[in-house]
Amino acid sequence: MKEVKHLSVSGIENGTVIDHIPAKNLFKVISILALEKFDNQITFGTNLESKKLGKKAIIKVAGKTFVDDDVNKIALVAPEAKLNIIKDYKVVEKYNVVVPEEIVGIAKCVNPKCITNHEQIKTKFTVIPGDEIALKCIYCEKITDQEHLNIM
Amino acid sequence: MKSRSLVSINDYSKDEILNILDLAAGFEASPEPHLLNGKVVATLFYEPSTRTRLSFESAVSRLGGKIVGFSDSSSSSVTKGESLKDTIMTVSNYSDLIVMRHPLEGSALYASEVAKVPVINAGDGANQHPTQTLLDLYSIKKTQGSLENLNIFLVGDLKYGRTVHSLLMAMSHFKNTTFNFISPQELQMPDEYKLYLDNLGLKYYEHSDFTDIISRADIIYMTRVQRERFSDPMEYEKVKNIYVLRYSMLENTKDNLRILHPLPRVNEIHPDVDKSDKAYYFTQALNGVYTRQAIMASILGLK
Ligand SMILES: [Zn+2]
Repeated sequence: MKEVKHLSVSGIENGTVIDHIPAKNLFKVISILALEKFDNQITFGTNLESKKLGKKAIIKVAGKTFVDDDVNKIALVAPEAKLNIIKDYKVVEKYNVVVPEEIVGIAKCVNPKCITNHEQIKTKFTVIPGDEIALKCIYCEKITDQEHLNIM
Repeated sequence: MKSRSLVSINDYSKDEILNILDLAAGFEASPEPHLLNGKVVATLFYEPSTRTRLSFESAVSRLGGKIVGFSDSSSSSVTKGESLKDTIMTVSNYSDLIVMRHPLEGSALYASEVAKVPVINAGDGANQHPTQTLLDLYSIKKTQGSLENLNIFLVGDLKYGRTVHSLLMAMSHFKNTTFNFISPQELQMPDEYKLYLDNLGLKYYEHSDFTDIISRADIIYMTRVQRERFSDPMEYEKVKNIYVLRYSMLENTKDNLRILHPLPRVNEIHPDVDKSDKAYYFTQALNGVYTRQAIMASILGLK
């Protein structure tokens, strides 16, 4: 009997699977969640086929569940993202990220003359909903769109 | 402290605006030389704006208050690289109220968040300059008797001009305001403001010249068309004289028409207009003193 080698992203015993991330924004999601600082086992898959998104990415974090406030921040770049909580290899809970009304301290304001780009200030934006979320800086009142979105 | 600061004209409701204008009328009618006795107002001007600073300092002095501060960023703490936060925290100890002008946008809101005393925004870059808007409203109300049913002509650079944007937002509170936007193609009123008026059901019209329609105006608000705003210098040469107001153009205008300008003017209002009774820009500057007195008295809870 021949053993088939599975190279696809493998299942996890306990943890969280974040699905439906637009492939182009995978690395932004990684930095928003600060996954580079985690010790847990993390697997990524990207450029996977998706009817909805064209190409999607997926993140599996073993032994970890996220706090809502943290995970909702990724709505900024992955508004369709779905979280699957895994226990004993089974999905026990599924939910979608919720687009927050306010974003604090993740994105940079696009306006070079904004005070937040000159002093040590946590940025703060109100979220302008839409197909592509845009951010309005509460300080300079300028709008940062997806194209100019810069994650700190 | 945030609620007591004045950062943006959008911080004030219609009623709050009207209250400030009533207070300003009170100061014009009867000066109160002792109202600010024992109070210290700090004027922090990180970029020179002589008119605005003098207007505030005159307003404070005429109410009997004292002034500390600096008038440009070459003063020591700024050149030593002190952060805005540290300067504001320190100056909060020395004053009851901070008036700040700063070239960076959003600096006023930030200062109001860290200050222990109220902050009045005297201009934060291209963002907001709410005391200018309030003195414009005071001038309009005083000359027209009301802020309702007025035909307001905004002339010149409507794309980048923050004073016209703020004036538009503030005037949109009032019934039946009609706006006429007169500007070169390249400097038209941004869509976001037109959309805002559409949503409120207020009328506006766009023109590239105003000689034919000037007879309808109650207020003409002139602003400067700057050469640097044009991508093509030839385009500037073509239009630069269209947006200059001359005495001869006032012939068939309404009796109640008044001409406003935030000053300083360069050449957009010909000096021959000065002799007209309809030229109001210098009185408008005087109104700035009463209006700023009203704002400070209100913020300090003295009125
Ligand atoms: Zn900003």
